[in-house]
Amino acid sequence: MSKANQKGGQVISSAIRITGYSSILFVLLILFFLLREGLPALASTPLKSLFSVRWYPIEGYFGILPLILGSLLVTIAATLIALPFGIGSAVFLSEVAPPWLCDILKPIIEILAGIPSVVLGFIGILVFAPFIRRFLDIPTGLTAFTGAVLLGLISIPTIVSVAEDALNTVPNSYRQAALALGATEWQTIWNVTLPAAKSGVLTAVMLGIGRSMGETMAVMMVTGNAPVLPLQLNSLFRPVRTMTATIASEMGEVAAGSQHYEVLFFIGIVLFLLSLVINISASLVSTRSRGRAERLLS
Amino acid sequence: MSSTVMGKAKTLQRIGFSLLGLITTLTVIPIIGLVLYIVVKGAPAISWEFLSAMPTNGMREGGILPAIIGTLYLTLGTAVFAVPLGVLAGIYLAEYAKESLLTRLIRIAIINLAGIPSVVYGLFGLGLFVLFLKMGTSILAASLTLSIMTLPTIISTTEEALRSVPNSFRVVSTSLGASKWQTVRRITLPQALPGIVTGVILGVERAAGETAPILFTGATFFLPQLPHSPLDATMALPYHIFIISTQIPGMPVQIQYGTVVVLLVFVLGMNLIATLIRNRARKNRQW
Repeated sequence: MSKANQKGGQVISSAIRITGYSSILFVLLILFFLLREGLPALASTPLKSLFSVRWYPIEGYFGILPLILGSLLVTIAATLIALPFGIGSAVFLSEVAPPWLCDILKPIIEILAGIPSVVLGFIGILVFAPFIRRFLDIPTGLTAFTGAVLLGLISIPTIVSVAEDALNTVPNSYRQAALALGATEWQTIWNVTLPAAKSGVLTAVMLGIGRSMGETMAVMMVTGNAPVLPLQLNSLFRPVRTMTATIASEMGEVAAGSQHYEVLFFIGIVLFLLSLVINISASLVSTRSRGRAERLLS
Repeated sequence: MSSTVMGKAKTLQRIGFSLLGLITTLTVIPIIGLVLYIVVKGAPAISWEFLSAMPTNGMREGGILPAIIGTLYLTLGTAVFAVPLGVLAGIYLAEYAKESLLTRLIRIAIINLAGIPSVVYGLFGLGLFVLFLKMGTSILAASLTLSIMTLPTIISTTEEALRSVPNSFRVVSTSLGASKWQTVRRITLPQALPGIVTGVILGVERAAGETAPILFTGATFFLPQLPHSPLDATMALPYHIFIISTQIPGMPVQIQYGTVVVLLVFVLGMNLIATLIRNRARKNRQW
């Protein structure tokens, strides 16, 4: 082995070390630039009007409450739609379906994960929204519900794959013990396997929620872009506006450094912090449960 | 009596399993339906002219060449930055990092990068690359933004691929006097290569289909000519789909579906290649 070769190896090794830390650097950079552009919003817009109920930037109203509630409404509805399908499919794939069927079904669900959200938004506008309008007989098909269905579809692959992983890590001895005691497979799934995979399934749900909340294009295209407070009973079937859609549709038209620009970045900070909370708690739930499972099995 | 209890439980199981099967079918059918519908509606629009000509008459006629070329540039640009960085960072986590507070911080950072909404990446790219580093709305700024977004996928799959290589390979290599880097380069990396390539393709594929991160960092409504340098703005397929389905009245439906088909073929084609590589590697694996 030559000296030069050895030296090259050392250079590469230190390069590897440095790139290893790059993820931390990027998270900090993202936070820094969001704060740098978005925090001045607190100076230019009083907190009281920032958290008011009117978003009408042309006349200087920057109340982000309708946007936050819009995101919340669409995300909750999407999660409720995605949950039964996501968890149900995960249980079916992991506990019921024979391997050959899994080999067919899993790639199809992976295809869904690969379809760009703008394509789903496109189908939403051209096919799904008109269908909703006719089916429910409402003035427009561009509603929170339309967005929630698309978002549900988008978050299903995440929920399925994480929940299926969680179910697969449940030791087979659990299932065998239940079956040996005379439980049917169905009883085993409900009373043993699913409870044992509880925290992994919870992680799946949380990641699905994160996915829905951060989705932009599909939601922007089909929810009708009306920044109104969605507090009535029928709000689900009316146009709304989410935080992500607001940034995407308005940032292109504002001057850098203007009040509107700052507030849009401020919404970005809110989104960043929300995704931070969701993802950190999701990973805490899954690491803690892994620790518990290891203790139980040792 | 116990036989009727058993019978009831069996019936319940049959109902339950059918229900799960039904739910899964209801999940899968819309996916197949969606892809087939788009292909059937869009295929007639595909012609050599559609793929190779510039758009004319306010994009209502002609082809979509600049959007195709733009997406190719952005995909390549993303790969140029994200692949070396992501693969090296994955090697660090799998082969070099010890369990420490710092390593835990790195993992938390990766999880967070993966969860940040795509439009927030767009804001970040606007703040850092477009404005602060004065790259302007450009292919360069958009590629950099997309590559940071792609990083977590590439890092995680690289790490996973390396970790699946049995430890005995490393032990043998080290016992023969190889240094850490020599072991990585000659032993573990080649073994993990198919897994890494799969991850890279899946990551870059996701970037190719993204719209929100390039909205304010590199995408433009219309270009009369192809971009000349990395500092030019560009058209891109996902953004073009957004434009022709929401911003242009009287857009012919066939061109809309045709554009969607081109993006789908591009993205799902990459997906398919990644899956094939993974399956072949699994079959040929000797450990």
